[in-house]
Amino acid sequence: MKCSEFLNELTNYLDGALDARTKSELDDHLAWCHNCYVVCDTTRKTIEIYRNSELYELPDDLRARLQAAIMTKCSGHKKSGPASG
Amino acid sequence: MGRVAGKICIKQRMSTIQPNIEQPVSEEMQLVRRAKRGDDQAFEELVRRYDRNVFRIAQHITQNREDAEDVVQEAFLKAYSNLEKFQEQSKFYTWLVRIAVNEALMKLRRRKPERTVSLDEDVKTEDDSLPREVADWSPNPEQMYNQAQLRDILTRTIQGLPAGFRTVFVLRDVEGLSTEETAQALELSIPAVKSRLLRARLQLRERLNRYFQKRASGDGDQ
Repeated sequence: MKCSEFLNELTNYLDGALDARTKSELDDHLAWCHNCYVVCDTTRKTIEIYRNSELYELPDDLRARLQAAIMTKCSGHKKSGPASG
Repeated sequence: MGRVAGKICIKQRMSTIQPNIEQPVSEEMQLVRRAKRGDDQAFEELVRRYDRNVFRIAQHITQNREDAEDVVQEAFLKAYSNLEKFQEQSKFYTWLVRIAVNEALMKLRRRKPERTVSLDEDVKTEDDSLPREVADWSPNPEQMYNQAQLRDILTRTIQGLPAGFRTVFVLRDVEGLSTEETAQALELSIPAVKSRLLRARLQLRERLNRYFQKRASGDGDQ
């Protein structure tokens, strides 16, 4: 397996979306190709860091304000009837 | 540079990327059906379930807090007023995300009229995503920086991605939608989602290299 072929399958590999045979071929490649091992490992870390970073959490006060605004608008929509669009 | 324990922590190691949303579909659909019958409390429950997710997605796409607030309101109002049109062939959440993404992209287009902002936006060349720098990272890269520093690094890095790539990465890897759900929400083919996801992941990895590489001094090594 070439490194470019490994890269093409990287997303499926990280997502666990490969059949056993293809996964085994990729595992074999990773066992001897240090560069692909590092790319795979650091890509996995990239995903995990973003997944767990809690960027853009909604603060409680803003959340309460938004919820109230949404439900007020929904009530208004119901009273005035469905608008076009 | 001294090592500062980051408060943004990795919750757990995982071998594969698992979905972030774990809601029983039937329970969600029961709420939708009650809401369709005019039960506003059921709709309010749906708002409470998903407002945080919609806000995150909106802010990732628009990169603007006020726009994200508007998107949350507009997306839920649109969902409420079009609930009858929801055919229940996908999860309500996937349908809601589709509405929110469209609203967020419209905001982005209004703010950046000089640029075409579209999910069809493509990278210039295949080479943009090919790894150029292959260096190992610190075992716990997120602990090399404090919370504010790490937040700044991650925000600036993801904002540098094209909107089409950023959106796929956020839905798939941050919000944990499946590939199929992401394709549904963005009206893209599954191969297109996979291609964009791969390139988004590789571009982010490449850009984070400079911050998270192992340092010669041993900083970050354990």
